[in-house]
Amino acid sequence: MSQTTLSQSRWNTISIQVKAATLPSLRWWRWLALILPMSIAVLVLMPLVYLASSITDPNEALWTRWWDTILPPMLINTLQLTLGVGIGTFIIGTVAAWLVTAYEFPGRILFDRLLLLPLAIPSFILGFVFIATFDYAGPVQTQWRDWFGDDAWFPDVMSVWGLIIVMTAVLYPYVYILARASFREQAASTFEAARVMGYSRTQTFFRLVLPLARPSIAAGVVLAMMEAMTDYGTVSFFGYPTLSEGVVRIWKGTFGFDAADNAAQLASLLMFIAFGMIVLERLLRGRAKYYQQGGEGRRLQRVPLKGWKQFVPTAILGVILGFAFILPYGRLVYWAYHEVQNPQVGLLSVDIFQEHIKNTVRIAGIASGLVIGLSIVVAHGVRVTATSGKKRIPRFIARLTTLGYAMPGAVVAVGILLIVMPIDHEFTDYLELEWGRTNPDLFFTGTMTAMLYAYVVRFMAVGFNSVDASLEKIKPSMEEAARTMGAGSFRVFRRIYIPLLKTGIAAGAILVFVDVMKEIPATLILRPPFGTDTLALWVYGLASEAFWQAAAVPSIAIVGFGLIPILLLMRIGENTKETHG
Amino acid sequence: MRKLVLSILIGVLALGGVFLGQPNQEPVAEARGGRVLNIYSSRHYGALEAPFVAFQEATGIEVRVSDGEPRALLERLRAEGDRTPADIFLAIDAGVLSLAAEEGLLQPVESEILLNNIDESQRDPENRWFGLSQRVRTIAYNPEVVDPSELSTYEALADPQWKDRLCLRPASHIYTVSLVSSLIYHHGYDEALEIVKGWVANNPTYINSDTRIIETIVAGGCDVGIVNHYYLARLKSQDPEYPAALFWANQDASGTFYNVNGAGITANARNYDEAVEFLEFMSSLEGQAGTPEGLPGVNFEFPTNPEAELNEILAQFIEEFGEFELDLEYPLWEYGNYQEDAVRLLEEAGYGFDEG
Repeated sequence: MSQTTLSQSRWNTISIQVKAATLPSLRWWRWLALILPMSIAVLVLMPLVYLASSITDPNEALWTRWWDTILPPMLINTLQLTLGVGIGTFIIGTVAAWLVTAYEFPGRILFDRLLLLPLAIPSFILGFVFIATFDYAGPVQTQWRDWFGDDAWFPDVMSVWGLIIVMTAVLYPYVYILARASFREQAASTFEAARVMGYSRTQTFFRLVLPLARPSIAAGVVLAMMEAMTDYGTVSFFGYPTLSEGVVRIWKGTFGFDAADNAAQLASLLMFIAFGMIVLERLLRGRAKYYQQGGEGRRLQRVPLKGWKQFVPTAILGVILGFAFILPYGRLVYWAYHEVQNPQVGLLSVDIFQEHIKNTVRIAGIASGLVIGLSIVVAHGVRVTATSGKKRIPRFIARLTTLGYAMPGAVVAVGILLIVMPIDHEFTDYLELEWGRTNPDLFFTGTMTAMLYAYVVRFMAVGFNSVDASLEKIKPSMEEAARTMGAGSFRVFRRIYIPLLKTGIAAGAILVFVDVMKEIPATLILRPPFGTDTLALWVYGLASEAFWQAAAVPSIAIVGFGLIPILLLMRIGENTKETHG
Repeated sequence: MRKLVLSILIGVLALGGVFLGQPNQEPVAEARGGRVLNIYSSRHYGALEAPFVAFQEATGIEVRVSDGEPRALLERLRAEGDRTPADIFLAIDAGVLSLAAEEGLLQPVESEILLNNIDESQRDPENRWFGLSQRVRTIAYNPEVVDPSELSTYEALADPQWKDRLCLRPASHIYTVSLVSSLIYHHGYDEALEIVKGWVANNPTYINSDTRIIETIVAGGCDVGIVNHYYLARLKSQDPEYPAALFWANQDASGTFYNVNGAGITANARNYDEAVEFLEFMSSLEGQAGTPEGLPGVNFEFPTNPEAELNEILAQFIEEFGEFELDLEYPLWEYGNYQEDAVRLLEEAGYGFDEG
């Protein structure tokens, strides 16, 4: 870290001296560097704009009918769930982060890292494990009735509470990571000053530490809320209709004909709500920027807890981790073992398992390559054009390309479907008539094109942020200096760009890969018919029919892939610690 | 300059990815030289089912299955029109099959074998689809709490004696929609509405899985539910002593409601001959076997070929729960005509669309 900074300043000095020697700027490729990101932005915005325009032509009969039936519960449910998950992740994430930052207790170092593990479990997987375990006929309630009689009260599991618990368990790490980083950065001196002023530890936490960490925590909470709002799999297992789930449900034809058009109507409403979330996030994050003086190197002194008290944090964090990762994972392994021994559904063969892995890896691999490729184009374009003075416009364009991250997969998918459906047939007819191809597949929906398009819209933010962050590290001066020292373009690319971009690109690619692997609604709506049975869809199909044991096998594979970025994240945590220490 | 090259290179790579990303470079039979059959199926268990494997082995035709919910697949067929890659549409609901046929998405099949193998009542009058296995949607109960003499019809479950004792599948599932469509057919919309309102008044627990309905009945969460018979058969296959029972509903009326898992050939099927072979195979004694290699057998369903042998668990069912008549008064090809009404009725009756 510090090495980079040092070398950067050196490059700057050199570049001043050699400014005169740099190449004349080539205007036309700068334009191209602006036009390419713009076209990507247009591509990303098209389905959203199309949906927005469909609300100017509302199907009034439909809305009136919905307003009397399905719409109010969907709205209320979406609101309840989103708020509940926001509050839940805020409490769990912040408490966990504070415990590992401020106190010394048995197992602290272990918890510090392991608390990230639940991120590897997609919420729909924890969801079905939770239902299978705690529902009326599940082992917990059965035992409960054995002990306390048949009429013993037990909370309703298939309710918004159950759902909030499941989603919080999976999503709190978003808040945890950011809160922990923020607590760590806070200077010990600030904290000590407050203590000298006579504040207790608890008071200091609430009056000083928490408000200072607000921007980070808010960002994590809003992220978790967005995930809850865009979720499809989990809410559909719980039979808890939200707007996101409603779009898919209408598309499936549950409420009658014209399914795609009707789904678009609801999707347009949901899109505006998602847009509101983005604005909310900007507001919460943007305004609150607090700076503090000095004390970079010195961290908060952890308080060692004595006597029985030292086991309180251990117990709290143990329960969280046990519930969110260890027990569900153990149960999945147990089920998978039994499924292999005695299959519950049809034939479980190695072939079928491999087929699903192959499909998933291929789809997620292509998608992540595509997203990262486009991200590089955008990030690079922003950089090149930003140096010529006008920073705002390229930044704005970049922001537009990442707008899809708050949009539910179903919304993006329906928007794309409406755009490509009419083109699809004309294009295929053209291929057949003009090019003499016999029986071509439908161009968009018959191939992976439409599905990949949806992934780009949905996950562009993930890729762009990673690439952009690592591109920031390369100062133009470095390149100029290298050039004046006689390095050719290939050499510059190989010696400067590749080494510095490598990590960011790899991280981004893995994150996109895992996100695509877990995706259900857009895949369900846009996938071409054959060769796209992914692990996630397999789990979804089995678990919605209550074949828990069979669903465990693909679930384990998904969690396995999901662990890769988490383990990397843990390592990154360690590295920064070392450089700080 | 190199930035330009870099940008273009990456852009091209990215776009190239889209084209390389076409999942099936050889979707049509000619490309591979072998014979292929593409099936849209609404039986979604992830695995290529044993009957398909048996067909593949018997004929050398490679079977490729794409699954989804019946109405979603119908939507897909509509959108794809004559460009659909599907040769066979296999749906677990006669209503959806009839709709597909009425909209011209399926074509009539001329085959003496099919006409001989499958009874007239189990196929489309114009031979655009054929029922291949039957699923009976009937009453499941806990024999420790309920005496079968208390049970009679679906309609009677609206009686207040069943208050807080019912487990039903939500209206969002096609099983419920089709069952209610039969009530509309027999009683007319208004009377059917009263019946369904009676169910709703009994404060049923809505559970979106027949397996979980039966498990909840056994665990004591409710006493009576409406399920497809094979869910119990499946549980019994894992545990022969599984303590739940079936009651064949409406035997004194028009018979027990049932549906078929049926298939038709798409209007513009690229592999028409293979598709005909598939239907003929599935209607033959081999395809209709009660063992896991047969289409009915693999899912514990009843065969539509009257000559076919019954699955052994189903034979036990008949021994244990008695002989029964299916509701043949409500013809399968009428199912599609009442589904929209059924959805409207369920909404109007306040029937749950979700769990809880």
